[in-house]
Formats: sequence, structure tokens, C-alpha cells
Amino acid sequence: MNLHALTTIPVVEPIAADGVFSLLWLVIALPLAGAAILLVGGPLARGALDRWGHLIGTAFPVGSFVVSLLLFVSLLGRGEEERQIGQHLFTWFRTGSFDVGLDLLYDPLSSLFLLLITGVGSLIHVYSIGYMEHDPRRRRFFGYLNLFVAAMLMLVLSANYVGLFLGWEGVGLASYLLIGFWQHKHSAAAAAKKAFVINRVGDVGLSLAIALLFVTFGTSSFAEISAVSGDASESTLTVVGVLLLLAACGKSAQVPLQAWLLDAMEGPTPVSALIHAATMVTAGVYLVVRSNFIFELAPHAQTAVVVVATVTLLWGAVIGCAKDDIKKALAGSTMSQIGYMMLAAGLGVAGYPFAIFHLLTHGFFKANMFLGAGSVMHAMDDDVDMRHYGALQKAVPVTFLTFAMGYLAIIGFPGFSGFWSKDKIIETALADNWLVGLCALLGAGVTAFYMTRLMLMTFFTDRRWAEGVHPHESPKVMTVPLIVLAALSVLGGVLLIGDWIVTWLAPVVGEEAHHEPPLAPIVVTLITVGVVAVGVAVAWFTIGARRVPREAPQDVSFVTRAARSDLYGDAINEGIAVAPGRRLVGGLATLDRHGVDGAVEGGALAVMGLSGQLRRVQNGFVRSYALSILVGVLLVVLALLAVNYS
Amino acid sequence: MTQYVALSAILFSIGSIGVLTRRNAIVVFMCVELMLNACNLALVAFAKQHGNLEGQVAAFFVMVVAAAEVVVGLAIIMTIFRTRRSASVDDASLLKY
Repeated sequence: MNLHALTTIPVVEPIAADGVFSLLWLVIALPLAGAAILLVGGPLARGALDRWGHLIGTAFPVGSFVVSLLLFVSLLGRGEEERQIGQHLFTWFRTGSFDVGLDLLYDPLSSLFLLLITGVGSLIHVYSIGYMEHDPRRRRFFGYLNLFVAAMLMLVLSANYVGLFLGWEGVGLASYLLIGFWQHKHSAAAAAKKAFVINRVGDVGLSLAIALLFVTFGTSSFAEISAVSGDASESTLTVVGVLLLLAACGKSAQVPLQAWLLDAMEGPTPVSALIHAATMVTAGVYLVVRSNFIFELAPHAQTAVVVVATVTLLWGAVIGCAKDDIKKALAGSTMSQIGYMMLAAGLGVAGYPFAIFHLLTHGFFKANMFLGAGSVMHAMDDDVDMRHYGALQKAVPVTFLTFAMGYLAIIGFPGFSGFWSKDKIIETALADNWLVGLCALLGAGVTAFYMTRLMLMTFFTDRRWAEGVHPHESPKVMTVPLIVLAALSVLGGVLLIGDWIVTWLAPVVGEEAHHEPPLAPIVVTLITVGVVAVGVAVAWFTIGARRVPREAPQDVSFVTRAARSDLYGDAINEGIAVAPGRRLVGGLATLDRHGVDGAVEGGALAVMGLSGQLRRVQNGFVRSYALSILVGVLLVVLALLAVNYS
Repeated sequence: MTQYVALSAILFSIGSIGVLTRRNAIVVFMCVELMLNACNLALVAFAKQHGNLEGQVAAFFVMVVAAAEVVVGLAIIMTIFRTRRSASVDDASLLKY
């Protein structure tokens, strides 16, 4: 268990950006400019932007991708010690000893994220041109997408926690706007609100963690904290670690803050692909890996990460098994796969590279499958119920083939990208703790089951189409991104050749001291493939070999019912947080209405009554005024006398 | 000396009782003048006793103010009498709560 002590945590030592690296800021600035033009420029040139907005909105992320690629190639050409590049843009704020700059950090970790975000992001933008073709608010949609890309890039490029927080909140905002994009639907508006509120819970963790880091180290910069993190007490670092985990739970939909992800499927499908599969939800994993200098020194926090991740990977997988809504099944799968990444990230130095590796391959195949699901929905008149699909492989051949690549990748079919990344995580987990390893293995089997179920119900079995539905293949602008992503899903494994990704990330996350695994990797691989085969077989015999009813059967087991209602995630939230909160607010409102308002209004009434009596003194008779003056004068004289003669 | 002060006090009391009891505005007005002059008498008497001029100066000021007051006051009474056909102060009691 205690492998961590043998390894050293690398200190972040960025060197100043020069040459091509001085273009770093452009990566963020381009999509931000796109968002500004599309969202703010509306009143100036509405007609032109409505007509050409989608092309403008796609050009900026593509430009950002080109810059990212240029930077990546330049970074490849550098020596290992020179691969951390910092760029100071300006001083953001400085008060007393607080000094926060808007600094960017470009290192092997953020370089991979840059490629993923801008690459997959650009493909999804291209896809959206087709998908959102008939939406009257297309300009705004692309504006929001650009805003999201800019915020996500800020998140992964910032050299300090405050800048990361800026991006973190930015993606939260963009996610809210995009989930609720079809705001005329009540369910979409509610889902957006739910996602936003649950994310705020996680944000509390992040802001507290940043504040605690400020108090402890007097800085929020990764470079400065990583150099001195060993000086802080373990308990402080554990608290910071747990708070960061809370933040990661919110953004990455880990138990107990998982409930928003399934509802987030109310957004347009490209949004689900971009935000709720490929990029934003991986921010939590990025946070944990980036904070390796904290987690490495706080083993208890790491254990918490592993526990949360293991629970989530099974939780999501079970939900994925019971959903008939194709997007929700994929959302459950996303939750589960992010559980795998978190698990790897919680395993420390041995796991970090594989967390990022799985994150990348998952970004490819899950974006592929979500876009594929969007293409299927496009063909089926926006019906999302898989029970109304069936036998679609002839009707939408390109979508089917690309989806199949994603499917083979996610279940871990030997040779596909997911096979390499998931296998490595299971292997690392087994080496660390056999129980966690077994859960991960079980998760792989369940993944194989629900993905096969999804595949069979959608593309095979008999036709169950609704009346008047004529499936048709999507236009080129949608299928080309699918083909590119399918190719990446197949070939993603090349990153592992010669342990390239491990070596590449070593300057950031450290390199594990060599150790002997309890089971030979080939044995683990064989077991995994065996478990996956069992999962596929079970799915084949329970779904493929029978008739699929058009209506979901109601006489189902307790487990199925629980999984259909998201394992009662909403009920738990309702019981633990919402209902007590509502009661508290109700109590406060009553107190306010009767206590505070009563005191204020009672006081006012008393003053009114008193003055009503007092005004009778003003009776209009001059002689009564004269009498009161006289009495007053007499009183004053008497008082003077009393004072003088006492 | 005592006699002056006593006379002043008696005049002031007559004046104040007149103000409080009489209804006719002219009589009330005369009573006010009586009170002012009672004060003047006291001021002059005390000034004589202390051997300085300040009391007498104050008495002159009171006279000036009284003259001005007569002008304004009589004008008001005239106006009220013209509009209400009455010089009773109790009738002019509209300005109230």
C-alpha cells in the first residue's frame, strides 16, 4: 500500500514562455473572442450573425486547436526539464500579501487536455452545424459552446487555483446555459437549475480549499505550493484533499453529488457529448491529478477518493443497465467511467497517468457514442426511447459502424483504446487493494452488459419503430466528426506504446518506483477480457435472444426498479438536503413573518396610537395654548428655583 | 424696591389671567401688553437696583417689539373680524388636529 513514500513529488518549475509558446494566451482568447462576438455582437449585426454565426463559432475553436497542436509539437521537441512553460499575463489582484496573477501553465498534463478540449470540441462544433441546423437560436448556441470551451481551457491552463476557479465557475455557467438551452421545456429549465445548484455544493469545497491553501501557504500558485507542500501538517493537507474531493464530486458527478448528470441530458445532444461526457465532467479528475502534491502527502484523502470512485463506478454502471432512454444510459456509463478515472487518480503516482489516459480515450469514444446517439435521435424524430428503436443498422449504416467502434472501445475489446486504458486501471487497482480491484473488474463486466444491451436494443433485434418514422442517415457534416472520433476510439491506445504517456506525464505527476505486481499483467488482462465476455454473453441471452417489449415491463425486480429511478439518488437528496432545507427556510419565514414583522409592525402601531392621542392637544384654542405656555414657564421657574436653593 | 417688584408681579398676574379667561381678541391683546409692561417695570427696577443700564436697554427692546407686535397683531385681528364678523379668539380655532 505504501508505495507513495518511495516516490518523490515533482516540483512545478515553469520557465518563461518564449518563441511559439508566447502564443499560449491565444488558445483561450480565440474561443472567448468567438463567444463575445456571437453573444454581445447580436444587436449590432443580428442578421449576419444569425446566418453565419455557426461558421464563426466553429472557426474559433478550430483556430484554438491549430495553436494547441503547434504548441504540442513544439513541446515534444523540448527536453524533459524544459517542458513546463509559464506565461504571466497580468496581475489580477494584489492586496497585502495576496498576490494573484493571471498566469498560464503549459506542461505535459495541460498539453494533453488542450488537444482533447479543442480537438473534440471542434469536432462537436462541426457536428452541431448539422444538428442545430433548424434551431432559431443557433447563434446563441454556438456562443455558449465557445464560452464553454474558453472556460474549460482557462481551467486547465491556469497556473494557480484562483484562475482554475475562474474556469471552474465558467464551465459551470456554460453548462447551466446549455442544459437549459431549450428553456421552453420545463424539464430542461429544472435540470439546468439542478445541475447548477448541485455544482455549487462542490464549489463550496473548492473555495474553502483555496482559502485554506492561502492561509497555510500564503499563495495559490501550483508552483509555489508544490515546492513547500511538505511543510504543512498532514491533517491540514487531508482537509484540503477532502475539500478538493468534494469539488471534484460536484463537477465530475461522483457520489454523493451525482444526481445532476442524468437530468443534464435534457440539453441538446452535442452539449451532452462535449460537456457531460468528454470534457467538463473530467475537470474533477484534472483537479485531483493537478493537486498531486497535496494528495500524495494526504493518504487518507486518497483513500476517500478511491472509496468515492469505487462506489460511483458501480453506481453509474447499475443505473446504465436499467435506462431505456439512450442518452441516460450513456450518462450512467459516463458516471461509471469517470469513476474509473477518479479511482486511478486516487491510487497515486501509479494511477495518475492512467487516469489521464482513460480520460483521453473516454473523451474520444464517449463523444463518439453521444454524437452517434444524437444521430440516431435525428433519424428517429428525436425519440430517445431505445424500446422504440431496433434494427437500425441498415437504416443508419455510418452511425452504426462508428457507434460500434465506440462500443468496442468502451467495453474493452482487445486492441481498442478503452481496452488499454481500462485494463491498466484495473491492473493498478488490483496491485493496490484487491477489493477495489475486484469492484473495478465487476464494473467492467457490468459495462459490457449495459453497452451490449444498448447496442442490441438500438441497432439489432426487431423493428419497434413508431408509426410514420422513416430513419435516414445524417448529413455529412454530422457523420464526418463521427468517423474521426471512431478512428480515435480505435487508435487511442497508441499513447500507451512504450509507456509513452507515463513518461510524458512524469515531469508533472512523478514516476512510480518500480515494484512487482501481485498478478502478472497478462493474467489481469485475460481475467478482464473473460469478465467482459461474460457481460456481453449475459446481455445477448437476456436481450438479444428474446423479444424486446415496446413498453417497459412493470413487474420487475426491486433492483431494476431502484436502478430505473437512479438508485433513489433524488430521493436521498430530497431526504437529506432538500426537505430539511425547506423546513429550515419555512421556519425562518414563519419567524420572519410573525416574530420580526410582528415586532416592527407592533411598534409602528403603538407609535400610531400614541400619536393619535397626543394630537388631541392641538385643539385650535389659543387660550389653551397660552395656558400650556404658562404652565411650562412656571415649571421652568420652579425647576430653576429648586436647583438654586437645593 | 419691593413695591416695584410687587406691582410688576400684580400687573403680570392680571395680564395673564386676562389672557386665559377673556375671549375678546382686543382684550386679550391688551392683557398681553399689560404683561409686557409688567416685565418692563421689573427690568427697570432691577436695573436701578444694580446700578447698570442693561435692564433699561432690555426694556427699550421690549417696547420696540411690543410696538411691532401691535401693528401685526391688530392687522390680524382686523382681518379675522372682517371674515368672521367676530373678535372671539375661540371662534378662530380651525387650525387643529
